[in-house]
Amino acid sequence: MEKFYQLWKKFGKNFEQGGKLEKLSSFYDAFDTFLFTPTTTAKRVGSQIHDGSDSKRTMIIVVLALIPCLLFGMFNVGYQHLLATGQLAEGLTCCLWWKALGFGALAIIPFYLVSYIVGLGIEFIVAQIKHEEVAEGYLVTGFILPLILPINTPLWQVAIATAFAVIFAKEVFGGTGYNIFNVALIARAFLFFAYPNSMTGDSVFVRLGSTWGWDGGAAVDGWTGATTLTQLSTGAATESVSFWEAVNGLMPGCVGETCVWAILLGAILLLATGVASWKVMVSILATAGITAALFNAFGSDSAIAQYPWYMQLVSGGLLFGAVFMATDPVTGARTECGKWIYGALIGFIVILVRVLNPGYPEGMMLAILLGNAFAPLIDWCVVRKNIKRRMNR
Amino acid sequence: MQQIILKRGLDLPMDGKAELALGSVNRPEVFKIVPDHFAGITPKLDVKVGDKVKAGSPLFHDKTFEAMLFTSPVSGTVQEIVRGDRRKILSINILADAKIEYAKFDVKKATTAEGVKTLLLQSGLWPLIMQRPYACIALPNKEPQAIFISTFCSAPLAPDYEWVLKGQGAILQAAVTALSKIATVYVGIKAGSAAPEFRGLKDCVLFEVAGPHPAGNPSVQINNIRPMRQGETIWTIGIQNLALIGRLFAKGIVDMQKKVALAGPMAYGRQYYNVLPGMPVSAVLESNYHKEVPCRFIAGNALDGHQVMLDDIMSIYTNLYTVIGEGTDVHEFMGWMFPRFNAFHFGQTDPAKMIVDNCFMKWLFGERKYQWDARLKGGRRAIIVSGEYDKVLPMDIYPEQLIKAMIALNLDKMIELGANEVAPEDFALCEYVCTSKMPLQAIVRQALDAMRKEIE
Repeated sequence: MEKFYQLWKKFGKNFEQGGKLEKLSSFYDAFDTFLFTPTTTAKRVGSQIHDGSDSKRTMIIVVLALIPCLLFGMFNVGYQHLLATGQLAEGLTCCLWWKALGFGALAIIPFYLVSYIVGLGIEFIVAQIKHEEVAEGYLVTGFILPLILPINTPLWQVAIATAFAVIFAKEVFGGTGYNIFNVALIARAFLFFAYPNSMTGDSVFVRLGSTWGWDGGAAVDGWTGATTLTQLSTGAATESVSFWEAVNGLMPGCVGETCVWAILLGAILLLATGVASWKVMVSILATAGITAALFNAFGSDSAIAQYPWYMQLVSGGLLFGAVFMATDPVTGARTECGKWIYGALIGFIVILVRVLNPGYPEGMMLAILLGNAFAPLIDWCVVRKNIKRRMNR
Repeated sequence: MQQIILKRGLDLPMDGKAELALGSVNRPEVFKIVPDHFAGITPKLDVKVGDKVKAGSPLFHDKTFEAMLFTSPVSGTVQEIVRGDRRKILSINILADAKIEYAKFDVKKATTAEGVKTLLLQSGLWPLIMQRPYACIALPNKEPQAIFISTFCSAPLAPDYEWVLKGQGAILQAAVTALSKIATVYVGIKAGSAAPEFRGLKDCVLFEVAGPHPAGNPSVQINNIRPMRQGETIWTIGIQNLALIGRLFAKGIVDMQKKVALAGPMAYGRQYYNVLPGMPVSAVLESNYHKEVPCRFIAGNALDGHQVMLDDIMSIYTNLYTVIGEGTDVHEFMGWMFPRFNAFHFGQTDPAKMIVDNCFMKWLFGERKYQWDARLKGGRRAIIVSGEYDKVLPMDIYPEQLIKAMIALNLDKMIELGANEVAPEDFALCEYVCTSKMPLQAIVRQALDAMRKEIE
C-alpha cells in the first residue's frame, strides 16, 4: 500500500499549482481524500486531536442505508414489468426472478449514471472555481434521486432536473451544508411541475416497453399501473391492496419507496449509527397517523379520507421520506426540540395534501419542502425561548 | 454541600497518564520571559539591560492598565531584551542567580478588597486571574460578582491536583481568604474526592461536580451553579495558580514554582517536574519522547492546549505537557470507510465501534486506553450534522447557534446566546467530535476578542 501511496502522490504533483493538470486539482483532491485519509494535522491552536468520524463516513452510512431500497426497487421494476406484460401467468420462477432483477437493474443504472455524471460534474466544476474540496453531499443526493422518480421518467428530464437542483438549490446558497431545501426533492419538484406528464398518471410507474431493446411487451387486459393513492384520489374503482401487500411493496410506485421492509432496514442502520434523528421519524409517523385517524373518524366519505390510517403510513412515499429525506440535518430543524415540531408539521401536511387536495395524490414531497421552509423559523422560536429564559434568570 | 451531576460530556481514555512521582529538570542559566504568553496585553518595559531584579520584581507592565505588573520568576541580571519586527518585545532574558532572592511584599496591608487587588497587581500574579466575559486576563476596572475555582481538571491526562497540592491546604486557604474579600469564592470539587486540602477550605462556597469532561471547566460549573446575568463579571482561577497566589499571601513572596505533568502516548518519563516559567520547554521534554516518529508537543491537554516547539519557553499558565504522534507518517487507505479497531470512537458510525467495542471489547478487556495523533482525519466542511455539540457541552446554551453567530460576528446575537459565559476551552470537545472539522476554539477566541474590542 505504501508503494501505491508514493506513486499516487507522485502522480498528484501534476495537479499542484503550476503543474500540468492544475485545472483538475479539485478532481484529484476528491480522489486523493477518497483513497487516503488526509494527513492534514491540527492547527497550532485548537483541539489537537479529532474523532475519526468525518462527513465522508456520515454520508456513506446514508448510502449504505439506501442500498436495500435500491435492490428491492430494481427487482420491483422488473417484477412490475413482467406482471404488466403477462409473463407471470405461471408464477415467479427462478429464471423470471433473475429476469426481473436484470430488467430492473438495466432500467435503473442509467438513472444513476445521469444523476452522478451531471450532479458530480457540476460539483467538481464549482469546487474548482471556488478552490475548495469537493463536498460529499451529492453522494447521497445522487443516490436518492433515482429512488424517488417513476421508472419511466425520460433521462434527459432527469439530467435537466439534476442540474437545476444542484445549481439553484445548492450551489447558489454556498454548497453542501448551506442549502435551504432538500436538493433531491427540489429535483423531483422541478420534474413534477415542469413535466407533470412524466411524474403522475397511470403509465409512469411501470415500464411496459423494452429497456435498451430488451423484452418489450404490451399490457395485459385489465391491468392498471396506477398507484393506490392515485386510484383513491381520482375516485377510480380501487383494487384493494391489503396491509401486508403494501408493506411487502410489490406494487407500482417510485423506485425506492414501495417496500416497507427495505426502508426499515435502512432506518435501523441510520438510527443505530445515530446519523438520522429518531425524533423526526417518530414525530412524522405519529402525527401522520393521528391526522389520518382523525380524517377516518371525522372526515368526508371520500375514499381517500376513509383510507385507514395504518394504510396511509405504508403507502406512497411517506415512510421513505420520513426516514431518508426529512431527516436530512442540513435542511431540517437543528434544535432537538425543533425536531419534534418539524416532524409534526411534515406528518400533518402530508396527510392534509393527500386527503384534501385531489390534484396531488402524494403529499410527501410538498410536505417535506414546506417543512424545510419552516425549519429555520421553528429553530428560531426554540432558541428565542431559551434566550428569553436566560435573560430572565 | 451542593452537588451538580452532569450527564453530557465525554471522557477520552487516552493512554499515557503521568505517574505520581517527581522528576528533576536541569535549571537553565538564562530565563526568558515572553510577553506574548499573556494574551491581550501590550507590554511596556520597566527594566533595561544590566538591571538587577529579584523574583517578584516588575519586568514590564500593561499599556492599558499600568498598575498591572508582570514580574520576574527568578532573581538575576537582565541580560538581553530580544525584539522582533516593529520593535515588538519577544522576550526578556534574565541571567539567573544561583539562589533565588525574593522580593518582599507587605501582605498585612491587604485587609480590604482594594488592598488585595493592589497586592495582586503589584506581585505580577494578577494575570493568573481569568474572567468571564471574554475569557481574558481579569480587567482591573471591573468588579467581579463571584470567583470560581475548579480544583480538578477533567480533560484527558490532566494532572492530579490532589497529589500536586498535597499538604498545601494552608496556602490554598490563605489565597481563598484573601480573594473572599473581593467577592464570594466558589470552589468546585470532584465528586468522590476526599482531599482535605480542598474539602477543608473555609470562607468559600464548596460544591461537588460529578460527570464526564468538561465537568472540570469553570464555565460549565458557573453555568450550573451560579449562572451569569447580563453585565456581570466572574473571575476564574486554576487551582495550581491559586497556590501561587496563596504563597504570596502566606509568605509574602512571589514563588512561581509549579509542578507540571508530562504525559501522552508518545512521552517517556511520564511524571511531574518542578519548573519555573521562563525555562525552555525542552527542559522537560528533551529526550522524553519517541524520536522514531514525528511527535507533537502540546502545552496543556490534547483538547484545549496548543502546540509548542522544543525551543519555546514555558508559560506560567501551563500545568501539563502532552506528547502525541503527529500522524503525518500514517497513510490510511480509505480511512473513511474501513473500521478503525485501535481508535476511540465518539459516534456509532464506525463499524469497529458498533460491533467490536459495543459488544466484545469492554466485556473482554475492560476499559481500553487509546492513542491519538494530531490528524484531523477528514476535510473541513460546513456544519452538516446537527446536535453533535449539544452532546458534549453541559451548559444551558445552544452551542451551534452560538458558533454561527460568532462566525458572523453578530455581537448582539452572540451575547444573547451566551457568549459572555464561554471560553474557547469549553468548545474543545465540540471541536473534537465535529464531523465537519470546524476550528471552533479559534472561532470562539476571535469572536470573544472582537466582542471585547467593541464593548470595552
